[in-house]
Amino acid sequence: MSAPNIVQTKPGDSSKTDFAGLLRFIVRNRALYIMLIPGMLYFLVFKYFPLAGSVIAFQDYNIFKGFLDSEWVGFKWFEQFFSYPNLLRLLKNTVIISFYQIIFTFPAPILLAILLNELRMQSFKRVVQTIVYLPHFLSWTIVFGFVYTLLSVQTGFVNHAIEALGGSSVNFLQKAEYFRTIIISSGIWKEMGWSAIVFLAAISGISPSLYEAAKMDGASRFKQFLHITLPGMTPAIMILLLLKIGHILDLGFEQIYLFLNPMTLSTGDILDTYAYRIGILGGKYSLTTAIGLFKSVVGLLMLVIANRASKATTGEGLY
Amino acid sequence: MKIKQSFGEKLFDIFNITLLLLTCAVILVPLLHVLAGSLSETNALIHAKVTLWPVGLNFDNYILVFQNTTFWRSFFVTVFITLTGTTINMLLTIFTGYPLSKTFLRGRKPFLLFIIFTMIFTAPMIPSYLLVKELGLLNSVWALIVPGALAAFNLILCITFFRGLPEELFEAARVDGMNEYRVVAQIAFPLSMPIVVTLALFYAVSHWNNYYSALLYITDPDIRPLQLYLYNLLAQFETSDTLSQMNSMVTYDISPQGLQNATIIVATIPIVIIYPFIQRHFIKGAMIGSLKE
Repeated sequence: MSAPNIVQTKPGDSSKTDFAGLLRFIVRNRALYIMLIPGMLYFLVFKYFPLAGSVIAFQDYNIFKGFLDSEWVGFKWFEQFFSYPNLLRLLKNTVIISFYQIIFTFPAPILLAILLNELRMQSFKRVVQTIVYLPHFLSWTIVFGFVYTLLSVQTGFVNHAIEALGGSSVNFLQKAEYFRTIIISSGIWKEMGWSAIVFLAAISGISPSLYEAAKMDGASRFKQFLHITLPGMTPAIMILLLLKIGHILDLGFEQIYLFLNPMTLSTGDILDTYAYRIGILGGKYSLTTAIGLFKSVVGLLMLVIANRASKATTGEGLY
Repeated sequence: MKIKQSFGEKLFDIFNITLLLLTCAVILVPLLHVLAGSLSETNALIHAKVTLWPVGLNFDNYILVFQNTTFWRSFFVTVFITLTGTTINMLLTIFTGYPLSKTFLRGRKPFLLFIIFTMIFTAPMIPSYLLVKELGLLNSVWALIVPGALAAFNLILCITFFRGLPEELFEAARVDGMNEYRVVAQIAFPLSMPIVVTLALFYAVSHWNNYYSALLYITDPDIRPLQLYLYNLLAQFETSDTLSQMNSMVTYDISPQGLQNATIIVATIPIVIIYPFIQRHFIKGAMIGSLKE
């Protein structure tokens, strides 16, 4: 679906680089530029304004003065954030859950794609795909509803099973020690299928002639997987892994906020949920923006480091 | 050409099929469990007799959901956001995407960079919140529509698709005296149905599922979308309210759990109904997205 390689004649074929030529081009094609105005305005107002608004992290932001007149306070909010007594808990929870996501959530779709690819029955493959893609389209509130019902002490399936096996029921959602497990498993449940699509696409991009040649040489299916399929997936895997590492402090606020409750704060309170509480509910706009900025800087730093490491070892990189 | 499989390969096939069947079961069990719970008799439900199949048949929980005015208000807020939001999304995406698909357009590169930049550096939470507040949109349904009026990723998919349309067609229309806006509406749009349907579904599902914007911008219970209503119901701020509003526990065979189950199902069903369409179009969309750009 590449762009047609025809010579563009009209409207306004002007290869002149001078200003008058540009002006003439714009006037002749003004309709195209007018069409762009609403979209570009949208990005300017709703994406670039808030980015510029990040300066309030260095101000004592006052709602009545706005960010043009509020007083500059340097790194005051960063210092306040770094001296927050529960900071270590927040960072620890954030990093641990992120680490679990990289170890468990990230490989799950890769494995699924490999297994799906090895299926010979196309009809069965389609049925499996239809089922595993579905949860992606359900909202986190609905997924929370499923987990909530499934783990319910009184009516839940899981506690039925535990009791049937002679154990006693557990209120999983209220117990800090189960929080991370629940987050990771529900994350895999929801997104494993959909994330596998990228890897399936990577596999289908591998030239069939490679497999033909391997078969001629008598390579077993496992050998073909090891020497053709896996190397063929590596670029996609590395790129997505690097992107995930760049988002090491973004764990998915929408999911974690729903599952979090006062009983599970000790293992589940992360930077994003804390920022929401003090920012939107508590009105500490400058402090919260400083936390956001801190997250972005760490993410960028991690990305640069990981990209360098990846280039040195596998030769793959984002840039 | 059929090559005889080794014992190990056969064993792997069996293992593979078993594992995938198990995966499907794990995906389906929570859905069936909630569905069964919503349709079961209360006595069976609260005494833990319901697993994957309804015990008895009881629609009272659904009757209660559908008699609840708070539910309907949230439901219509979500329907309104989904319809209006998607319409605005599509208009903006198509009219912004069309000019940017013209390779001869002067300034195309800077415009594209301007857009891609926002995908890398996302707007931070508090400044976005303050902007919505300044615009006077707090506690308005428009706060759930306007800040997400255009998605950069979908725009890029749209540009990629438009680039594949032959310029000669547009040229012919222009020769016939059609202006550029009508070229978009009457030539480009009808020729782009595959991407239009894909993107409309992308947008519609994200509007239907969105609760994050409501969490930030909406505190007024009257315009709370369905997802937030559902969350409050589950977090039990509201179950007892709903039940007392009905004060009809005597005439109906209902329970808080049954009510929660039924509400989850009602919020899920629209997605399940359009899922077959989504599946046909989305997969294509996701493929375009991963192969191009």
